[in-house]
Amino acid sequence: MVDHPHKLWRFHGGLHLEAHKDISTGEPVHIMRVPRHVVLPLRQHIGEAAEPQVSIGERVDKGQVIARGSGYISSPVHASTSGTVVAIEDRLAPHPSGLSVPSIVIETDGRDHWADCSRTAMPDYAGVEPAVIRSRVREAGIVGLGGAAFPTAVKLNPRPGQQIDTVILNGAECEPYITCDDMLMREQPAEILEGLRIIRHALQARRCLIGIEDNKPEAYQALCKALGDEEADGIRIVQVPTIYPAGGEKQLIKVLTGQEVPSQGLPSDIGIVCQNVGTAASIYRAVVHGQPMVSRVVTVTGNGVRRPRNLEVLLGTPIRELIADCGGYSQDPQRLIMGGPMMGFALHTDEVPAVKGTNCILVADSDEVSEPRPAMPCIRCGACTEACPANLLPQQLYWHARSKDFDKAQDYSLFDCIECGCCAYVCPSNLPLVQYYRFAKTEIWKQERDRQKADLARQRYELRLERKEREEREKAERHARKKSAVKQAPDSDKKQQIEAARERARQRKAARAPESEGGEEDDPEHKAGTG
Amino acid sequence: MVNAILAIGALAGGFGLILGYAAIRFRVEGDPVVDQIDAILPQTQCAQCGYPGCRPYAEAIAAGEADINQCPPGGEAGIQALADLLGREPKPLSAEHGEESEPTVAVIDEQHCIGCTLCIQACPVDAILGAPKQMHTVIESECTGCELCIEPCPVDCIYMVPVGEDITTWRWPYPAATSTGQPEPDTAEA
Repeated sequence: MVDHPHKLWRFHGGLHLEAHKDISTGEPVHIMRVPRHVVLPLRQHIGEAAEPQVSIGERVDKGQVIARGSGYISSPVHASTSGTVVAIEDRLAPHPSGLSVPSIVIETDGRDHWADCSRTAMPDYAGVEPAVIRSRVREAGIVGLGGAAFPTAVKLNPRPGQQIDTVILNGAECEPYITCDDMLMREQPAEILEGLRIIRHALQARRCLIGIEDNKPEAYQALCKALGDEEADGIRIVQVPTIYPAGGEKQLIKVLTGQEVPSQGLPSDIGIVCQNVGTAASIYRAVVHGQPMVSRVVTVTGNGVRRPRNLEVLLGTPIRELIADCGGYSQDPQRLIMGGPMMGFALHTDEVPAVKGTNCILVADSDEVSEPRPAMPCIRCGACTEACPANLLPQQLYWHARSKDFDKAQDYSLFDCIECGCCAYVCPSNLPLVQYYRFAKTEIWKQERDRQKADLARQRYELRLERKEREEREKAERHARKKSAVKQAPDSDKKQQIEAARERARQRKAARAPESEGGEEDDPEHKAGTG
Repeated sequence: MVNAILAIGALAGGFGLILGYAAIRFRVEGDPVVDQIDAILPQTQCAQCGYPGCRPYAEAIAAGEADINQCPPGGEAGIQALADLLGREPKPLSAEHGEESEPTVAVIDEQHCIGCTLCIQACPVDAILGAPKQMHTVIESECTGCELCIEPCPVDCIYMVPVGEDITTWRWPYPAATSTGQPEPDTAEA
């Protein structure tokens, strides 16, 4: 063991919560059987939606690209198992809105047959350019597995002039009930470490830190064993105190390095990149084995399910089948939550599929959820301010969000709120504070969209006016030209013609006169001349 | 006494010159109030306010010819913003100019379109694509929902549809009204 302990810092606020983690860590990760259908939404993360690359009736292999995005912040969608595409249509998405998104439905054949991945495999990644590794990570459809599902390739691409000093692997997993990262660290420590080395190589970073909350000693031991020591090969494994939300990106950076990410900034602004441990394992499989991201570990837990445990789930598997694989619902399932009890959202139905961002399915029974107690007026006690891990003033944000004064809310750094729920948890008046902040954030986004649309309309309106004016002017000019042309050109033309005809007639007369006395009177040209 | 008068007089003259110079040197081109009002208006160019577009309406408000409550697409929020900008009291939307409604876009029934181009000429933001005797279509992302294309269509093949919501435009609802100090509005009496 290393003799000098890693110096730790403390972030502001936070909570000590009951962990409820041992409910789902009793069994090893169970590899789920192939479901009859998988439903793969074409919009699984922020950024642009993917466009289907297959048609109905087409056979696909596991790992084949079935949809592709075009923007920078986009990520392809792969078939998670082999089978036949049976539908490309709107299906319910795992999203708080309960709305549908375009999805590709595959009827599985049960063989789970992999497409050929050997071509994309790079077992010797150390000699490969970082840009090549980045594009491999993008092609493999890897997104952050911590829950936000941000495309990982974007995070591996520092802006020009930015030097990444430290890579932090986030194994804190601070939210109660969730254990998928814990189980992954226990069972696949070597893959995680290899993935970390790939990230380090891609970013050319100097040091690596792995942060694990001290309530997961097994995961810590497993990673130390795989690394050989607590610190080796430029990688340091650190146990951090269990305080919710230590697994928040900015909070973990503060705890491990003492540095703070600037307001509205990114960790890369201070030379740090933070990745989830599950993402690292996916990067390992994508780069070394050439396999895209087609499955993930999902915690199915809570007293509302009979046999809580972690499952290795093919993406697109309906939640209903996850529950069935864990013994089905118990007597008294009250609420189905995707994510944890603090930051998760309620699902309206178990028909939605598990997606890349699905870390946990919590089936709460009546002991675990209680009807929200009636909200009382704010008594201005300030407990929320003490609990806020982002150093904000939740009470001010509440007043401004409630009165829909969104400019003021932004002045109080609304967008630095990570929606961890600490303020609402401690509020003695039971105010649904986070709901107010979420409401305000989406309203501000809408105003921004409206403003952009208005700007576009104004621009097009002004261009149209300009064009009409120009057309009007050109028309007038054309008209004037024609008028003057009609006035002058035909006149002079005609005069010339007449003159020419007269001239010809005179010449003919002059030529004829000596021959014969009585010339022909009805000379056509002469007629035209007089007409 | 004379000194004081001279000093004050000199000061007044000096400042007068400075002000006069500044008024010419730093002259503001255009009317910034019109731009500020125009920035608030929703730019649907629907002419429901009685003026041919958003900018003419903005000019009319700035000149005191029009009231701030004549813009149905801007709605209550727009009136509030205008009231804040101009330091006036917000007032309810004027009923004669229409009422606030959900955002919509125009859709052309392409089976019935005869390609007359009348709607193209009516569209204030050039959001309709087509050519004489060719089918027309609306560029949805650029349609402001002003409804000005409905009237000229000789075969009535244009209709308005509400803008659908997807997960990228979905908004969290305002937290359910609970006892936060205000009594719930009594809706039982009808």
